[in-house]
Amino acid sequence: MTAPREFINPKMNWKQLTKAGNIYEPGNSVLYETGDWRTNRPIIDREKCINCLICWRYCPDASIIPDEGKFGSFDYKHCKGCGICASVCPTHAISMISEDEIEKEEEAKENGK
Amino acid sequence: MENKVALTGNEAVAEAMRQINPDVVAAYPITPSTEVVQMFSSFVANGKVDSDFVTVESEHSAMSATMGASAAGARAMTCTSSQGLAYMFEVVYIAASMRLPIVFAVANRTLSAPINIHCDHSDAMGIKQSGVIQLFSENAQEAYDNMIQAVRIAEHPDVHLPVSVNYDGFITSHALDILEILDDETVKNFVGVYKPEEYLLNVKEPISMGNFDMYDYYFEHKYQQVAAMEAAKRVIEEIGKEYEKISGRKYGLIDAYKLDDADMAVVVMNSAAGSAKGVCDELRAKGMKVGVLKPRAFRPFPHEAIADALKGVKAVAVLDRAETFSTLGGPMFGDVRNSLYDLKNDIKVVNYVYGLGGRDLRLEDVEKVYNDLADIIKTGKADNFVRYLGLRE
Amino acid sequence: MATLKELSKTKERFVGGHRLCAGCGHGISVRMILNALGDDENVVVGCATGCLEVATTIYPYTSWNCSFIHNAFENTGATLSGVEAAYKSLKKQGKINDDFKFVAFGGDGGTYDIGLQSLSGAMERGHNLVYVCLDNEAYMNTGIQRSSATPMGADTTTSPAGKVIPGKQQPRKDLTAIMADHKIPYVAQTAVSNWQDVHKKATKAFETEGPAFINMLSPCPRGWRYDTPNIVEIAKKAVETRFWPLFEVENGKWKLNYKPKRYVPIEEFLKPQGRFRHLFAPGNEDLIKRIQEEVDKEWLALLERCGEEPELPPR
Repeated sequence: MTAPREFINPKMNWKQLTKAGNIYEPGNSVLYETGDWRTNRPIIDREKCINCLICWRYCPDASIIPDEGKFGSFDYKHCKGCGICASVCPTHAISMISEDEIEKEEEAKENGK
Repeated sequence: MENKVALTGNEAVAEAMRQINPDVVAAYPITPSTEVVQMFSSFVANGKVDSDFVTVESEHSAMSATMGASAAGARAMTCTSSQGLAYMFEVVYIAASMRLPIVFAVANRTLSAPINIHCDHSDAMGIKQSGVIQLFSENAQEAYDNMIQAVRIAEHPDVHLPVSVNYDGFITSHALDILEILDDETVKNFVGVYKPEEYLLNVKEPISMGNFDMYDYYFEHKYQQVAAMEAAKRVIEEIGKEYEKISGRKYGLIDAYKLDDADMAVVVMNSAAGSAKGVCDELRAKGMKVGVLKPRAFRPFPHEAIADALKGVKAVAVLDRAETFSTLGGPMFGDVRNSLYDLKNDIKVVNYVYGLGGRDLRLEDVEKVYNDLADIIKTGKADNFVRYLGLRE
Repeated sequence: MATLKELSKTKERFVGGHRLCAGCGHGISVRMILNALGDDENVVVGCATGCLEVATTIYPYTSWNCSFIHNAFENTGATLSGVEAAYKSLKKQGKINDDFKFVAFGGDGGTYDIGLQSLSGAMERGHNLVYVCLDNEAYMNTGIQRSSATPMGADTTTSPAGKVIPGKQQPRKDLTAIMADHKIPYVAQTAVSNWQDVHKKATKAFETEGPAFINMLSPCPRGWRYDTPNIVEIAKKAVETRFWPLFEVENGKWKLNYKPKRYVPIEEFLKPQGRFRHLFAPGNEDLIKRIQEEVDKEWLALLERCGEEPELPPR
């Protein structure tokens, strides 16, 4: 159990899978990215942020990464864009921006180059 | 050092459990296994075991709590019968597929309705596809010996499956019998200390158990159980040989009684095997070439051993103490006939469903079976291959 | 009382990458409850079948950063009883030396209904474990069917708001009171909207010697049909309208934790939710009246139990 194992994948046969479907790597779901579920992305206005961390408390996906007791960043690999953080933020420092808009802006930047 | 005592089947099972001294027992009373639960409670109350006893509020919870304990890393056991076993049905499947080495005793009693507290094997047969290993015991001695061996079989690294030890309700569970019990130290050394590799209470290596599979993984996880059942056939025999060394009693997958030159054989499990052997001896004295095949392991089904034991026999009667309601007779009939199919000889196999709801199997009934087999051999015909023994038709 | 600053530096025992819906109350609730444990504490989590279990343990991934066991739907109480019994036994025999806490999570389905028997047994036997019911008021995982926790009048797929029968007819079962009547040392009712209340109660529950039960309101955006980002507001309304009071029962003593200062009519809780929309159709005023009466009646009874003056807040 302590030996590092090749990560389970659907090409493996019955001998290679773990017994009874047991999972030996606690918290390994971080390897599964749910960020592509988003239609809206939270954006922080650091001027308004008072580092109260209420957003961190209310994120169902643990996708607010704290930094030494302050707001660090959003975990965009896992954030599903539910908008709760924006809703609970006491200073309205978080806004939800449409992913489509962001994609357009990024495309425009690319094309502008 | 062995010790001849007079005990009922339940007492023998409880004694085995006392000597095994499991870490946890979670059980619920139901006739006719109640006494095991009571006796074990009193062992706990009197400090005769180190076990923690959980007085659960139902059999479903009994198997669930036993599973929780086993998953946590403890050696855990339970016992039940009939409706109780039926109630824990889904959990038995889960225990098997979570590969937990739980040993549980089943004092076989029939299933309702009508409600009936007496013996047949319908309870055990209800879980025959669950993936648990099923051992059957002819008498109190075998029930005792099976319980002890079951611990080693279940915990074997190639197996890791629950093992149920079946013995007839009332007939074996409540009848006083003479048996030899081993001394505490011998049993303790034989079962050893349970050292699981994967368990919940592991601080260094936490584990997630009972997870969710999609169709991309489930089939392979099921096949792991198939492989374990296949290995169990070998392990049951290995442990049997080890047990012979400490007890002097032989145990394997089947008990072949006077089958070497037999023309006629009765295949039967649990207490009725005793009656069959008795009748077999009487008829042998009269010159009939008869024998008895008693499967000890019903799951995994020792089809290779059975085909080998019966290959020279001309007519076989499979006695089932349960109905499948498939209109093809009892559960063991199908498995036995299946096992003999590839012999491609002219062996005739018929089924007798007997003893449902505690209906007594009399010695005359067994004699009738052997005489029927003799007729079958004489006429070469076995029409009507599903028959009922002791039924008022 | 820990601050969010301090808590944010502690171990995350429930991590992202799970497949719960965006905005699911359970994700927030579980993080809050497990955060009440110290970093150096060991825990085994038991979980009933339900959204939480199926979304967080999809092989080969697990969102649980600790030992975890799922067994079946209705036996979390029994399963965790077995784990705790094993712990007691192994510790007593010197086979293990570490300390462990045990916490079970079950939805209202696996707790109020199908799991009630095994929960009751576990609590009655006095096992040293915490059971947290994540109450989203219906069998959500199977697609929003009514449970005994579903509020009167709610529209679910098995209590649909139809022309003849307008939603669930029965009032909710008071499971928290039932648990208090098991005479266990600690029982509490809390809601995801009030993290300090949750933290205090979870801490107390984990410190309790013996069984502890927490009933936590954990809204479901899908089943309740409110605007997803507004989960805290919805849960707050549940508390303010006294639909979901916050209280504790410590060693048999009932204590009200929060008394709203003004009378907030139940409409404020019902209106934002799609599952109650039919109640606002003309002709259904009586239904809302019935619900309000039920809420007021329960509130007064609760005040009495808590030794408070049984009166409604001023309007």
